[in-house]
Amino acid sequence: MNPTGDSTPETDGATERRKKSKKPNYSRFTQQELPACKPLLTPTIVISTFILIGVLFIPIGLASLSASGNVVEIVYRYDIDCIPQQSQDDKLAFIQSSLTNKTCTTTFNVPKNMKAPVHIYYELDNFYQNHRRYVKSRNDKQLRSKAYELETTNCAPEATTPDGSPIVPCGLIAWSLFNDTYSFATQSKVIEVNKKNIAWQSDKDHKFGSDVYPKNFQQGGLIGGAKLNESIPLSEQEDLIVWMRTAALPQFRKLYGRIERDLAANEQISVTIENNYNTYSFEGEKRLVLSTTSWIGGKNGFLGVAYLTIGSLCIFLAVAFIVLYLLKPRTLGDPSYLSWNRNPDGH
Amino acid sequence: MAGDGLTISREEEEEEEERSLAPLPSSGRHHRRKSSASAASRDGFPNPAHVRHLSRTETERLASSQRELADSNSRIVFIGDPGGSDPRFETPRNSIRTAKYSPITFLPRNLFEQFRRLSYIYFLAIVILNQLPQLAVFGRGASALPLAFVLLVTAVKDAYEDWRRHRSDRIENNRAASVLDPQSGRFLSKRWKEVRVGEVLKVLANESIPCDMVLLATSDPTGVAYIQTINLDGESNLKTRYAKQETMSRPPGEDHPVDSAGVIRCEQPNRNIYGFLGNMEVDGKRVSLGPANIILRGCELKNTAWVIGVAVYTGSETKVMLNSSGAPSKRSRLETRMNRETLLLSAILIALCSVVAICNGIWLGNHSDDLELAQFFRKRDYSDGDDKKYNYSGIGTQVFFAFLMSVIVFQIMIPISLYISMELVRLGQAYFMVRDANLYDESSNSRFQCRALNINEDLGQIKYVFSDKTGTLTENKMEFQCASIRGVDYSGGRVSSRDNGEAHYILAAGKQILKPKMSVKTDPELVRLLKNKGDTEQGKRAREFFLALACCNTIVPLVVDTSDPKQKLIDYQGESPDEQALAYAAASYGFVLIERTSGHIIIDVLGNRQRYDVLGLHEFDSDRKRMSVIVCGPDKTINLFVKGADNSMFGIIQNKVDLSMIDATKANLHAYSSLGLRTLVVGMRELSRKEFEEWQSAYENANTSLMGRGKLLRAVASNVERELHILGASGIEDKLQEGVPEAIESMRQAGIKVWVLTGDKQETAISIGFSCKLLTEAMTQIVINCNSEESCRNKLQDAVAMYRKFAVISPDPFENALTGTGSTKVSMALIIDGISLVYILKTKLEEELFKVATACDVVLCCRVAPLQKAGIVSLIKSRTDDMTLAIGDGANDVSMIQTADVGIGISGQEGRQAVMASDFAMGQFRFLVPLLLVHGHWNYQRMAYMILYNFYRNAVFVFILFWYVLYTAYTLTTAITEWSTVLYSIVYTALPTIVVGVLDKDLSRKTLMKYPQLYRSGQRDERYNLKLFTLTMMDAVWQSVATFYIPYLAYRQSTVDVSSLGDLWILAVVILVNIHLATDVFRWYWITHVAVWGCIGATLICVIIIDCIWTLPGYWAIFKIMGTGLFWLCLLGVIVAGMLPHFSVKALKEYLMPSDIQIAREMDKFRRINAATMEIQMNRFSMLQL
Repeated sequence: MNPTGDSTPETDGATERRKKSKKPNYSRFTQQELPACKPLLTPTIVISTFILIGVLFIPIGLASLSASGNVVEIVYRYDIDCIPQQSQDDKLAFIQSSLTNKTCTTTFNVPKNMKAPVHIYYELDNFYQNHRRYVKSRNDKQLRSKAYELETTNCAPEATTPDGSPIVPCGLIAWSLFNDTYSFATQSKVIEVNKKNIAWQSDKDHKFGSDVYPKNFQQGGLIGGAKLNESIPLSEQEDLIVWMRTAALPQFRKLYGRIERDLAANEQISVTIENNYNTYSFEGEKRLVLSTTSWIGGKNGFLGVAYLTIGSLCIFLAVAFIVLYLLKPRTLGDPSYLSWNRNPDGH
Repeated sequence: MAGDGLTISREEEEEEEERSLAPLPSSGRHHRRKSSASAASRDGFPNPAHVRHLSRTETERLASSQRELADSNSRIVFIGDPGGSDPRFETPRNSIRTAKYSPITFLPRNLFEQFRRLSYIYFLAIVILNQLPQLAVFGRGASALPLAFVLLVTAVKDAYEDWRRHRSDRIENNRAASVLDPQSGRFLSKRWKEVRVGEVLKVLANESIPCDMVLLATSDPTGVAYIQTINLDGESNLKTRYAKQETMSRPPGEDHPVDSAGVIRCEQPNRNIYGFLGNMEVDGKRVSLGPANIILRGCELKNTAWVIGVAVYTGSETKVMLNSSGAPSKRSRLETRMNRETLLLSAILIALCSVVAICNGIWLGNHSDDLELAQFFRKRDYSDGDDKKYNYSGIGTQVFFAFLMSVIVFQIMIPISLYISMELVRLGQAYFMVRDANLYDESSNSRFQCRALNINEDLGQIKYVFSDKTGTLTENKMEFQCASIRGVDYSGGRVSSRDNGEAHYILAAGKQILKPKMSVKTDPELVRLLKNKGDTEQGKRAREFFLALACCNTIVPLVVDTSDPKQKLIDYQGESPDEQALAYAAASYGFVLIERTSGHIIIDVLGNRQRYDVLGLHEFDSDRKRMSVIVCGPDKTINLFVKGADNSMFGIIQNKVDLSMIDATKANLHAYSSLGLRTLVVGMRELSRKEFEEWQSAYENANTSLMGRGKLLRAVASNVERELHILGASGIEDKLQEGVPEAIESMRQAGIKVWVLTGDKQETAISIGFSCKLLTEAMTQIVINCNSEESCRNKLQDAVAMYRKFAVISPDPFENALTGTGSTKVSMALIIDGISLVYILKTKLEEELFKVATACDVVLCCRVAPLQKAGIVSLIKSRTDDMTLAIGDGANDVSMIQTADVGIGISGQEGRQAVMASDFAMGQFRFLVPLLLVHGHWNYQRMAYMILYNFYRNAVFVFILFWYVLYTAYTLTTAITEWSTVLYSIVYTALPTIVVGVLDKDLSRKTLMKYPQLYRSGQRDERYNLKLFTLTMMDAVWQSVATFYIPYLAYRQSTVDVSSLGDLWILAVVILVNIHLATDVFRWYWITHVAVWGCIGATLICVIIIDCIWTLPGYWAIFKIMGTGLFWLCLLGVIVAGMLPHFSVKALKEYLMPSDIQIAREMDKFRRINAATMEIQMNRFSMLQL
């Protein structure tokens, strides 16, 4: 697209005789006359757009509100309750000590019928899984294949043992694997918790290798969290896989397991919690969540409210514009509105 | 200023034009060139008589003398001996190199060129910052990608252009030249690139000249050669060049071995294409050489069978190569404004970074105790056992790092892609301007040219147009209109419209018919008078008058074949259109100049061929303002014929002549110039033998003198040009170009002030002003033509008083004139001449002049010099913000064109110097209207929108990143993958803005041409100003809030992982900004659809590809999240909530406060609906297509 010169050097042939006309060839494209659609925000378009959005959004909002309302959710914050009374003043010492009994039990009431599967989540708050130091501290190559076992780039300070052999899986994320456990019972009958298939299938198949076994893991001076069974390959360590899908926000839930049976309303469920994970050093919070799901996910009314708000705002705007067009009618394209016609001396 | 006569009336201008500021030291036309060349180079120039009669004595004198040319500073060329001329191979071979780079130097040089832009340094600095391990926010590859991409695109563009240059260089260098072989004495074929200084070359007719060479011999016995310089300076007239008699006699070649050939001393290579200084030593004699003895590379030999010359300058030292300079670099107004907003954005960027850094510090401070053990921080490194900190060096350093890291993360707040997009868009716009059939000039076969690629959008904001007159407003095709002979006006030819073919004088020369190429309408009475053999005084004078016109010139008649073998045309080749017009006029009245050889001319006087010996010729110069010839007629009488400007001629007339005749002539002259005709007066005197001999000896003395020859020659001329009989006067029309009055009217409506700056006389300027509707009868004319500073001051004060007086009647015409919203005001026109401007410009009076001039609707400056033209442009430029445009065609317009914000060259009759200096070049003045009103308007609105959109687009993205950073303990984590961050502005959203920037049209060409007032939106900066910028930024903040917080709130306390949420955000923001663009597009072409929707599709594909890379943490996330309903609801919610304010405000504003452009758009649309014209079908067609 050299704008000035597409003149080819004239050859000494007979063509030189007749000077070529440089007149640009006509085409709709070069003359900028391609057919085009010229949309204009006419009152009809404006009003119908607003009405359309309103009509679309309000039902969606209602539907998602009701979906969210149908979700039954039990949330129990246990990080303080699970510390014995005498240790409340020094929670950190309690949790760090290997001698203390960290088991605690509680019961709660199922408020409504919960249809299977009931998802069990643990929820952490104030835990910055998206902290820059933290998210980077992993090595996906090492996780994937035994061949990359020595690959510990980015994993500091949990890259190698002091003698230099690699930690598998390396990095802060794996090191800090959540290690509280829950078991559920109702009237002393144990409720099965299915911990299979809590991780993404794609992660199990492609991200975490079936030939990679934990090695030198959690053997440093500071224990960050759970230990791993060294005889199970990483692709089967679903808790680790779930944990390593780092959460987007400092308050997050992770799937712990599923209860594959319905929980009836008013059923009393007793929970035994192994409170091992140290969130006390940074004022973190831990919750246990039991929840059913719907097409919209968990219990969250926000989207429904937002849709209702936007929808009704649009209806309001539609009405406002109708009123405006009625009160201040203006013929579109009336030349008398042109500035030089409004004050005729204007040039 | 174009084509004013070689010797004709435009005297003042000539004088001034010598001071031309043009980059070339001399200006457009021949006589000027000569006068500006040094005296020493004058000898033997197109004065065949002089060559013939005087050369012997002249050369003898010179041979024994020292030239002004210092030996130390001269180039010595041994004719035919390249080894001797250049023993150490210091001079370049004749190969040329327009290409900038070689394959080896390309990379470093091109990078160096590119990094001269400051913004690139900024981006480079950020890339380097990112390489530090402490700060590595992005992967190393990803961070360098945008800059690398931009550099690569530019480099590929440069490489392609350079490759084209290489190719044309190669073709040029390998052309064949025939070079004399010193051994055999034969001319052998050699490639151009192998030609060396000192070699003797032979060039045949219609061949190009391979290098600058001094003529040694030509096929013409008198040594004349004709060349066409169209490639050099654009002039299509043939120029005459001469070989020296000394070398003519024995051309080097087989007969004359070269070893006896001479030595040439000449000046070092320089870029003055109209000057050459040198001498040649042949057989012990010294012969001086001037510009008439050299033929330059780039010219073509015409009408001459062959020439032999010696190469003196080769390759890069040729004058044409020394003159090839690139287009001037200017910065557009919009870009300058944009820099202001860029600074603002930098401030916002720094603010964001500071917020992040400070919050980071506070957070660290608050949690300093917790972080020892917190799993996600792990301040302490336990792995080595000893108690050291892991990657932590105190709050202060962390804060500093956080700041730098946030600069890296938020860098695209300053949009790097904008620079490359703007270049591409301008390229596209230039493509459409060049291809526009409406800007193609049929008569000169020239397209529009975009020489400067970075000021397209300035065309949409022009407030002042400074126009040259001759050749710009007028065609520069002179036509003889009327004559006044002895005070009797013969303007019948002008009045009678019938074209009396009889008057075309046809000669039967043997079996052939000769006919002048152009005929002039003749006055029947004058024809009768001439044909009437009766010896009335009037008849005699009339004959002498036309004889004078036929012989007092430097026209070369050429006989051209026509399709009819029996008929031949006489084509008058000359350098002054006025002279051509006069020669054609004389031919039409029966005085046909048939032949010019070096010593005589043959004129067919009413059927009889007569030979006139040309004894002497005094060229035009700006002191005398006239030219004269001394001819010896068939009756052996010696006559002096003089033609010149009226005031110079009336000073040298015979005193005892009939006064009433003089008065009548003056009256006629006044009448002619009032009609806009260019006038000149013709006089003659019969010389006695004694007088002639006196003159001859003085002339020879002057000619052979060494110092101040020009001055002496002038004195000789002045001495003989006295006591003239006035024969009469002629009026030549310089026709207005087509469509000029309409163009000026359109521009006036568009709020553009047109100022005409001309070298013409005041009367001529005013009459042209009337004929092109610039001036109207209703206007009050303020005329300032004074000879002293005092009177200028008084006149200006009067003028100020005058507009104050009008100010009493109407509120404030001065203010109104400035704002363009005047009420009932009396329109005023200022007419000012060059002499007054001398006293005004650069003095305290400038301010007064500015006030008066801006209060006037029309300003006409006459008799202005090139420097003054530039002075007037800078008068406006320095005092207002308004954009100025200068348009002209001649060398004397160069300074004005370079001074103005936008310079336009008319590529028409005159040389190419104006075009070479211009930013844009086109064939006709009237093309200004479509150029400004249509293309200028489009370019401005497209570019303005594009800049704003790019700022907005990147700001939305940066704010989304910023909001997220607030939830990551201020640690600059990005949820959006680093690849998406990088690709965002160069792939995800780049193409639509470029397409819209090139193609979108707010209004159709028809509407814009019909309502020139719409142009004012550009003058008012309607599409790009601080208010719009602020609003756009507020919109950007809102959209970023909607995009970030709707998913944030919807996914709070959920299992969502960072990659999935990041994918949602990037998709949402890309769709949102593209929809934002879509709501602002005026016209949807299929290309626009492809670009906008294609880009969204491309983004989705890119995100999917990124999520298919298993080494990235976000593997498979997009598929997971796309499978949930929440994702789609969030996406829809984000888009609608984000667009709601923009859409509502847009609808409200367009309805309640419609701009002119909005109303015109509605008119476009509604006309279409009502009239159900073709356009409806076109639209249907387009709908179907889509």
